[in-house]
Amino acid sequence: MRNFVESNQESFPMNSHSLVAIDDLSRQDILAMLERARYFEQHPNSHLLDGRVVATLFFEPSTRTRLSFETAVNRLGGRVIGFSDASTSSTSKGETLKDTIKMVSNYADLIVMRHHLEGAAQYATEVTDIPIVNAGDGANQHPSQTLLDLYSLLKTQGTLDGLTITMVGDLKYGRTVHSLLMALRFFSPKFNFVSCPELRMPREYIDLCDKLGIEYHEYTDFSPEVINESDILYMTRVQRERFSDIMEYERVKNLYTLRRSMLADAKPTMKILHPLPRVNEISQDVDDDPRAYYFQQAGNGLFARQAIITNALGIDPLKS
Amino acid sequence: MSEKKTSLAVAALQAGTVIDHIPSDALFRVAHILGIENMANGVTIGNNLPSSRGGKKGIIKVEGIEFDREVLNRIAVIAPTATVNIIRDYDVVSKHTVELPQTLIGTMRCPNPKCITNNEPMATRFDVANPDTPSFRCHYCNHTVAGADAEII
Repeated sequence: MRNFVESNQESFPMNSHSLVAIDDLSRQDILAMLERARYFEQHPNSHLLDGRVVATLFFEPSTRTRLSFETAVNRLGGRVIGFSDASTSSTSKGETLKDTIKMVSNYADLIVMRHHLEGAAQYATEVTDIPIVNAGDGANQHPSQTLLDLYSLLKTQGTLDGLTITMVGDLKYGRTVHSLLMALRFFSPKFNFVSCPELRMPREYIDLCDKLGIEYHEYTDFSPEVINESDILYMTRVQRERFSDIMEYERVKNLYTLRRSMLADAKPTMKILHPLPRVNEISQDVDDDPRAYYFQQAGNGLFARQAIITNALGIDPLKS
Repeated sequence: MSEKKTSLAVAALQAGTVIDHIPSDALFRVAHILGIENMANGVTIGNNLPSSRGGKKGIIKVEGIEFDREVLNRIAVIAPTATVNIIRDYDVVSKHTVELPQTLIGTMRCPNPKCITNNEPMATRFDVANPDTPSFRCHYCNHTVAGADAEII
């Protein structure tokens, strides 16, 4: 969670078009970005990035995210340079992140980076003048995931305002649910937090809801009543490595699995989201339900990333 | 030791600095920040003394030195209640509470081993998250750390 206290950014050379964290965006910024995403869904192929070079620096592998960003650049007519694994870069020779970023800044107009260390993207914005897009920094931030989640909400519900969002599974470590909560704080949501006590939504986010007057309820039971009132079911994976007590993991691992039978009385307009990859938290029989949306959700990532890239480069598709 | 004797001892400094109202459990870390171990100046340290504000306190008197504001700001992280008295010619010429800066650069280590600041040759940066406790948020990885637990660099 960022920016609770206004920090004095002006003492650092920030490049204002960078996207490091979803918290950097205002309500207006988010809506403008989603408007762009909508445009790109209607016009996926263009020459807006003609002559531009985008570097995708993946210091840790993430094939899904990298392919989505690179497809976005390619469909906008730009060129891609970069690496998909730090072992193929000078990082393996001991080069600092600062030096790598400064070197690549000589070649590219924009850097999309993923790093296993938290705060890496923020630091990168402080050592270069070219814009940085954070494609994930450890357990910290992953704003393009949040924007594609928001776009999925907007597209399926017609609005971001006043939605009832039920978050299920690992609410303690799941950065996607934290970022989504932060972004939705502008849109008068109602939250249901469904998890075992070990994986509860952290105190700081609960306190934030209290402070902003956001309605929320915490449940340990994943009951039909909660599902039936939801506009969005946001499922997450409960990972074994999060538990110090393996017995506890064995006890809870199947308590938060969604099955098709649980959807009998859910709203017809309700949609099921999941950041993927899914393991067993959504049973396979849900895939055929019209409310299953997780694969289309991943597809929306392309449009959200086209929006992020053009915004970072100061290109407005609606005016060109 | 009575309150009166403590006051007399403070007044007895000809010139220097008295740091008073240090939480007892922070006293030796404050001494470390001041660099007292390696100092040739006269130093008096008292701890677990009764405090006029209730509870116990520590006090450090150092002869012949006035500390930089930057050093005193670092003390504010672990001992936000401490007061600084500057003594010149047996008189207290200045008395103030240590000031917590809004932003701390290169002052303390981030407790998160996966934070970029623990893996790159760079300065740490913390913003005040809660000025009352106090607690701080890493500008890079967003981890929060309580001032009492901070590892001062």
